[in-house]
Amino acid sequence: MGLTRNAVGIGAIDSGLIIRKQSEDDRVIALAGNPNVGKSTVFNSLTGMNQHTGNWPGKTVTNAQGYCKSRRNQYVMVDIPGTYSLFAHSTEEEVARNFICFGDPDAVVVVCDATCLERNLNLVLQTIEISPNVVVCVNLMDEAKRKHISIDLKQISRLLGVPVVGTIARKRSTLDSLLTAIDGVVENTRSTAPTLVTYPREIEDAISTIAPVIDELVSGRISSRWLSLRLLDSDESLVNEISAYFGESFLHDERLQKTIEKVRTTLLEHGVSSDKLKDMIVSSIVKKAQSICECSVTYASSAYNKRDRQIDSFLTSKWTGYPVMLILLCLIFYLTITVANYPSELIAKGLAWIQDRLSELFVALGSPQWLHDVVVLGIYHVLAWVVSVMLPPMAIFFPMFTLLEDVGYLPRIAYNLDKPFRMCNACGKQALTMCMGFGCNAAGIVGCRIIDSPREKLLAILTNNFVPCNGRFPTLIAIISMFFVGTACGFFPSLLSAVILTCVIVLGIAMTFFSTKLLSSTILKGVPSSFTLELPPYRKPQIGKVIVRSLLDRTLFVLARAVAVAAPAGLIIWIAANVSVGDASILSHCADFFDPFARLMGLDGVILIAFVLGLPANEIVVPIIIMAYMAQGSLLELDSIAQMRDLFIANGWTWVTAVCTMLFSLMHWPCTTALLTIKNETGSIKWTAVAFLLPTLFGILSCMLVSGMARLFGIG
Amino acid sequence: MNVEKTLSCLAPGEKAVVKELSTQGCMRRRFLDIGLIEDTPVECIGRSPAGDPSAYLIRGAVIAIRAEDSASIKLA
Repeated sequence: MGLTRNAVGIGAIDSGLIIRKQSEDDRVIALAGNPNVGKSTVFNSLTGMNQHTGNWPGKTVTNAQGYCKSRRNQYVMVDIPGTYSLFAHSTEEEVARNFICFGDPDAVVVVCDATCLERNLNLVLQTIEISPNVVVCVNLMDEAKRKHISIDLKQISRLLGVPVVGTIARKRSTLDSLLTAIDGVVENTRSTAPTLVTYPREIEDAISTIAPVIDELVSGRISSRWLSLRLLDSDESLVNEISAYFGESFLHDERLQKTIEKVRTTLLEHGVSSDKLKDMIVSSIVKKAQSICECSVTYASSAYNKRDRQIDSFLTSKWTGYPVMLILLCLIFYLTITVANYPSELIAKGLAWIQDRLSELFVALGSPQWLHDVVVLGIYHVLAWVVSVMLPPMAIFFPMFTLLEDVGYLPRIAYNLDKPFRMCNACGKQALTMCMGFGCNAAGIVGCRIIDSPREKLLAILTNNFVPCNGRFPTLIAIISMFFVGTACGFFPSLLSAVILTCVIVLGIAMTFFSTKLLSSTILKGVPSSFTLELPPYRKPQIGKVIVRSLLDRTLFVLARAVAVAAPAGLIIWIAANVSVGDASILSHCADFFDPFARLMGLDGVILIAFVLGLPANEIVVPIIIMAYMAQGSLLELDSIAQMRDLFIANGWTWVTAVCTMLFSLMHWPCTTALLTIKNETGSIKWTAVAFLLPTLFGILSCMLVSGMARLFGIG
Repeated sequence: MNVEKTLSCLAPGEKAVVKELSTQGCMRRRFLDIGLIEDTPVECIGRSPAGDPSAYLIRGAVIAIRAEDSASIKLA
């Protein structure tokens, strides 16, 4: 069960696709579909996995795989990226097409949105051309019912010549019929006789000339009808794949080349240029889909999507669009801060109690003092801090954000922000990747694949780090409540924290715009490319499921990371803070070295070194600061934010230090996971270096600016 | 030469039928993918807060398209 961990977002780095069968008899099933039709939900329900789902197009950007059993067979399900067509214009479309064509799946399940069937049938018809082993899964039948759309599945199945199954992917039980249909197709007990799209005469003639030549060369390995069309179409993205699949000699075959040449001339004589050919092919498919729907889908009322339009007119109108975005952001932070307080306090108390017991245990066992200090004050302490301070806000923020995603609000953000992004010569879809960055910058960077233009994709990757991830904003919350709001709970302080935090985030977003503009007018010059974005129907969120899933996923993720990073970091830092070389500890030597520069930025050496050591994970920055301060003499029992504040103030923090630390937390180098992901996505050390330097420089400059101003005016 | 009506001229709430696409290459393909061929009925649903892009109802799906792109879709 190799992949279960990866799907949580830990393995954000895509390692290419190798199908891992559990046994030789496993059948491989590809899960295709338009973007945003609930493909990932079908995948999760079938495999019991937790591939991240969300209501926006382009969420799955890599192939994921999982296992499931039907009554008779065992399957490897491969969730391929959602695409509108298999004519491959973008990376994810290529990934999808390549897998269906050359991945040799035993069957392809095309998942469709019942509320928008006509457009979805486009992809079904294209898939049927490649492979006869297709099962159509009409998903979201519940949404269709809610909108009074009735669909005659039997009729569609008859017209398409392949099995068609209606499902509600959120309900596992409705998927049984899908599995039965898959069983039937892979075992050949249910014969499929796919209805192929009939093209205009000229094209049909062309196919019947080329197809026999292909059949002779590579008999039975691929649909010759489909390949004829693609070769005529001179689909360049296919050339490499075909060479790899059939061998170099295939495309260079003289007879094939001559036949294609001849057919092209004939087509031209009939007035079919290569552009016209593409049009005719697509039009035939679209018309076929239309005619199938005309006799199998009925809308009880023409106002079936009236409610969606009303919500849209509120969420995206001129007057309410932007304010609603800000208020929602602020509301989420407010709830995060207020609700997180309670578990935070509880966990902190619990962990402090365990720490006391641990100490007693060490005393009882008669272990030496240094061992106790290393384990309890070093490893355990950092771990406890990460768990109690970082975990609750993450565990609350994440489900709320996922709910917004589930409902379908995220594409509206991209829609609202497209114009501002375009003024920076970028693309509105960058807003989606920015939103993903709130969860994890590495995930946001992988998500940039939804952007088609390579230049705009690079812009999105390089600027993603300006949005504070889940590992950073609990740090921001902690500093805000220590220095700007006071530690009292209650409506007003929490609201004030939320407002300040929103301002910080807005600053981050402003920096995203600014640096995007800067990059696109210097090293990444270019004009904004075109942009089409689907605004999916609003859907009822799966509240219970989202909360449980993201709580569980996030909690496990953070705990795993705490153990993997925070514990060893705790050990190293404790040693650095407590082993002396000459007259001071290693840590204070380092801190002294960084101190002059850090002072210029309104920080001190300890804070700066904490950021440097926090490279593997931003979560450990504050614990490093705490430990460094505590080792410098002022020993404290730290079980409340108020005591933390005292510790910081005793070490010379003022509000200027707090502001600068927040600024630097918002703008500094990406963590190692994010850097590796950038290296992976851009394939270039140079761009990784830019992604490292850009936020760092902005951070240093803005910190210097703030502290310089404060000094100039003699405040702080 | 009289000015032809394009998709970008549609005001929110207005409906029309596509006559032809006057763009080539990648953008044309993308339009075709979402089902924008000759005789396709379209409806403008709204504009984003900044006035661009606009949302259109095309074959049951709502698609946001920028004005400069939708200007290449000629209406009957």
